[in-house]
Amino acid sequence: MSACSAIEQQYDDAVQQREAATLGMWVFLATEILFFGVLFASYTICRVLHPTGFAIASRHTDMLLGTIETAVLLISSSLIALAVRAIKLDQRRVASLLMTGTAALGVAFLVMHGFEYLREYREHLIPGLDFMQSGPYAPSVELFFCLYYFITGFHSLHVLIGVSVILVLAARVARGSFGAQRYTTLELTALYWHLVDIVWIFVYPLIYLIGRSG
Amino acid sequence: MSTQHFLVLIPQASSLAPRIDALFWVMIGLCSLVAAGVFVAIVFYCVRYRRGSSASREGWQQQSLGLELTWTLVPFALFIGVFVWSLFLFVDARTPPPGAQTLYVVAKQWMWTIQHPGGQREINTLHVPVNTPIRLSMTSQDAIHSFYVPAFRVKQDVLPGRYTQLWFTATSLGRFPLFCAEYCGLDHARMGGAVVVMRADDYSRWLTGAAEQGTLAQQGAALFRGRGCDGCHGDNAVVHAPSLQGLYGHSVALAGGGSAIADDRYLRDSMLLPHTQRVAGFAPIMPSFAGQLSEEDLIALIAYIKSLGATPAVDDDERH
Amino acid sequence: MNAIDSSALDGSFLARGHSLRAWLTTLDHKRIAILYAAGITFFFFLGGAAATLIRLNLVTPDGALMSAESYNKTFTFHGVIMVWFFLIPSIPTTLGNFLLPLMIGARDVAFPRLNLTSWYLYIGGGLFTIAALLAGGVDTGWTFYTPFSTMFSNSNVFLVVAGVFITGFSSILTGVNFIVTTHALRTAGMTWFRLPLFVWAIYATSLVMVLATPVLAMTLALIALERGLGVGIFDPALGGDPLLFQHLFWFYSHPAVYIMILPAMGVVSEIIACFVRRRVFGYRFMTYSMLAIAVIGFLVWGHHMFVAGMSTYASLVFSMLSFVVAVPSAIKVFNWTTTLRKGQISFEAPMLYALGFVGLFLLGGLTGLILAAPALDVPLTDTYFVVAHFHYVMVGGSVMAYLGGIHYWWPKITGRLYSEAWARFAAILMFFGFNLTFFPQYILGYEGMPRRYHSYLPQFQALNVLSSAGASILALGYILPVVYLLWSLWRGDLAGNNPWHARGLEWQTSSPPPSENFLRPPQVREAYAYDQPEP
Repeated sequence: MSACSAIEQQYDDAVQQREAATLGMWVFLATEILFFGVLFASYTICRVLHPTGFAIASRHTDMLLGTIETAVLLISSSLIALAVRAIKLDQRRVASLLMTGTAALGVAFLVMHGFEYLREYREHLIPGLDFMQSGPYAPSVELFFCLYYFITGFHSLHVLIGVSVILVLAARVARGSFGAQRYTTLELTALYWHLVDIVWIFVYPLIYLIGRSG
Repeated sequence: MSTQHFLVLIPQASSLAPRIDALFWVMIGLCSLVAAGVFVAIVFYCVRYRRGSSASREGWQQQSLGLELTWTLVPFALFIGVFVWSLFLFVDARTPPPGAQTLYVVAKQWMWTIQHPGGQREINTLHVPVNTPIRLSMTSQDAIHSFYVPAFRVKQDVLPGRYTQLWFTATSLGRFPLFCAEYCGLDHARMGGAVVVMRADDYSRWLTGAAEQGTLAQQGAALFRGRGCDGCHGDNAVVHAPSLQGLYGHSVALAGGGSAIADDRYLRDSMLLPHTQRVAGFAPIMPSFAGQLSEEDLIALIAYIKSLGATPAVDDDERH
Repeated sequence: MNAIDSSALDGSFLARGHSLRAWLTTLDHKRIAILYAAGITFFFFLGGAAATLIRLNLVTPDGALMSAESYNKTFTFHGVIMVWFFLIPSIPTTLGNFLLPLMIGARDVAFPRLNLTSWYLYIGGGLFTIAALLAGGVDTGWTFYTPFSTMFSNSNVFLVVAGVFITGFSSILTGVNFIVTTHALRTAGMTWFRLPLFVWAIYATSLVMVLATPVLAMTLALIALERGLGVGIFDPALGGDPLLFQHLFWFYSHPAVYIMILPAMGVVSEIIACFVRRRVFGYRFMTYSMLAIAVIGFLVWGHHMFVAGMSTYASLVFSMLSFVVAVPSAIKVFNWTTTLRKGQISFEAPMLYALGFVGLFLLGGLTGLILAAPALDVPLTDTYFVVAHFHYVMVGGSVMAYLGGIHYWWPKITGRLYSEAWARFAAILMFFGFNLTFFPQYILGYEGMPRRYHSYLPQFQALNVLSSAGASILALGYILPVVYLLWSLWRGDLAGNNPWHARGLEWQTSSPPPSENFLRPPQVREAYAYDQPEP
């Protein structure tokens, strides 16, 4: 998907190019949902097979950090939405700042996740690397943490990609590569960032919340 | 030997075989009819309307709703007919008749072990009496296998960690090949044997000849003591553990709510993963026996628990 | 003669830069199509070599040629290569890439750089997989059933799974590209119901690619995770569920069958229309049936699992839906047949391939109905009956259509004509070779010979020998086109722009087309306007 707004030779005009890029992004996001869908489906089935073990395991997760992370991502999503609005109004400086803010919150999210992983490492909760739990439910706990790392790791990878792209774009916005007439790339990046956010909205209750009540 | 085997119809050696073959040949007939119809039409059109032929092209049309609906709805109706026929047959093929004799099959790379209720064990050969419904309760010790006897038209995958079942009533005497039909590794092709169908009196003679260390339930009882199960579950135990008397087939209230029927699968899971479905009112103190009991041991122990007073109401381990 | 030839082809996309670098960095969809064709031909013959070894080994009941271990690795190699590196990409990435923009009057696909990236992912994943398969191999079968693949196989499962995973992204990106191209780049006047059926087929295929492949990718990633870390998502010994793997795997792999057959249906529709000089009968129903196949195809995966330990009710629902998905396929066969009626039929090589396709696909499809009835599937599944069934659909269907398409568009792609006599001979040879190879396997399956058997009972030998004899004829049939097609590049007569007098937009430009596809805008009419003069 083109970052520059010059019309590529296969398109007739800017409108067509914009439509193609937008549709392409939506189709791509549909595949992303299926990627995460498989993980959520597997997680759900394992949870049904091991209700108690998963409930115990999810108490090992850090709900406070998880909640803060959720808030951070939600705020970052609204910042990038504002950035898109700003660029449409040709306020490049504001847009660039807002995007830097988005990226900063994304980094904050990753750092907090890093702390979570670190704590879990200290508690010997990392399957394959350092997993030392005992008790009747240890295998279920191990299974939970395996899926936990896979799901959150795959999500964090998305965050990392998003942060990198947003930082690059923020710099280019500051240099004036985008404006009220040229903002498709920004808009699509925002779309992607919202998806990353929405996926987390599912991860958060599935991993951190369910099972805490019991 | 092989040359006269070009189109040998395999024997119909079970009560299900003629019924399945009937549906099969009707389907083959229907399919041949459709195929022949299309082929004849193609050849006919290709000859008649070859470029340069003098056949009239008047009245050519490029679509016809009537035709489209005809060849949408007629096949659909036919398919539904076949589906309903197949449905009844399939449900019968999956439902063992009441009173079927249960034998136990354990599959492992690359052999079949069969345990008879009388305690007889055999490998890669299964002796059964003719005209008697036989039900197989099967599990695997490693990969997925599949129990397949072509002459009986039966096949069922055998999975680790659960019991699947299959039934048949053999109707002809003789030796019929048994195959593993689900790819299971190196010697998959050699994981076979035979089902030997015998007259009832021959079968009882064979059972006597093959008898070993008592019935399956007696072997289970020996294990029950040998592995120290009676230390907690026995009559004089001091530890607070659920009694197994009359347990089989009854509903059990579970810790954390809900209930389960104490069938083969529940008992198996309780020995290997004792904490997933713990009985309400008992502490989680039972150790897991995973890795310590072989699949054959588990079957013997379940047979023993069954013998402690069972209700015949539930004899279905096909619960998932 | 050569001098005249080359000057006639001077303005074409083929003349733009002959260096390897020019080819490997090209963004032209036509050149990328040719890159794909090279890769796909390579993988086809690699998979074919494995098939040859399999058939040779099965000539004797004791499997004298190979050890059981090598045999298991060979059929896995055959399956993995043929499914993921030949059948799934074959028609969409070669003919689809070349023709989709031409057929809708566009200058290129929507995302040319993404298109080239897809090719690199395909080749990268392919070479990775081949390296893993040759350095030790893998013995799980292409289905990677758990827990065998995760706990019991001592082979290179991890690397092969990684190779397939990488190639999956090639599929996804190609699908995204084609969907957007079809939506956004149709030229003025090219409405949805003026699209050639091939474009519809590629569009429906892309939908399936985009929606099914991510499921495969994640399932394979979970296998790798389970193998690497020893946790049991699919392994019952650790509390997992092996049926979950089968559900996820077939949720992709059944729709994947439609990724293989839908484009073939599109190719055959184009060829039949051209050589009958008629619009395909029931055009609208043909488009609806393709979309129906793409959608319903997502709901029938459970028919692979009738004996796997699924509940009776689930089996019945999947069986019912499998019968339903057969209806649109039946509609297509009837429509192709009726298209012949009152046409002006001629029998050039592509038409022979197309007629061969209809016949073989019909036999494959009808036996699929038998397998859709669970009562009959129980004795027949995992036997050679199933092997014959899916080879009729995939080899008899997809490969015949692929070759038919290659012959039909060969003059378009290269500007040259091949030897018609040799091409007809090869088509007929393949048809007979194919039937001799695979029809005996139906009987073998009915008699109870399980698949993936390195050795077998002596009573199965006669039919196996027959099948192997057919395979050698089939192999010859596949080698012939390579020879005369390559020959035509050197010595073939110039084709002219439209040797078949076909009506699609792709024929309104020169053959081979210029890099920008159309020097003046093509004239858009109804699809298959064979009743009107050439524009």
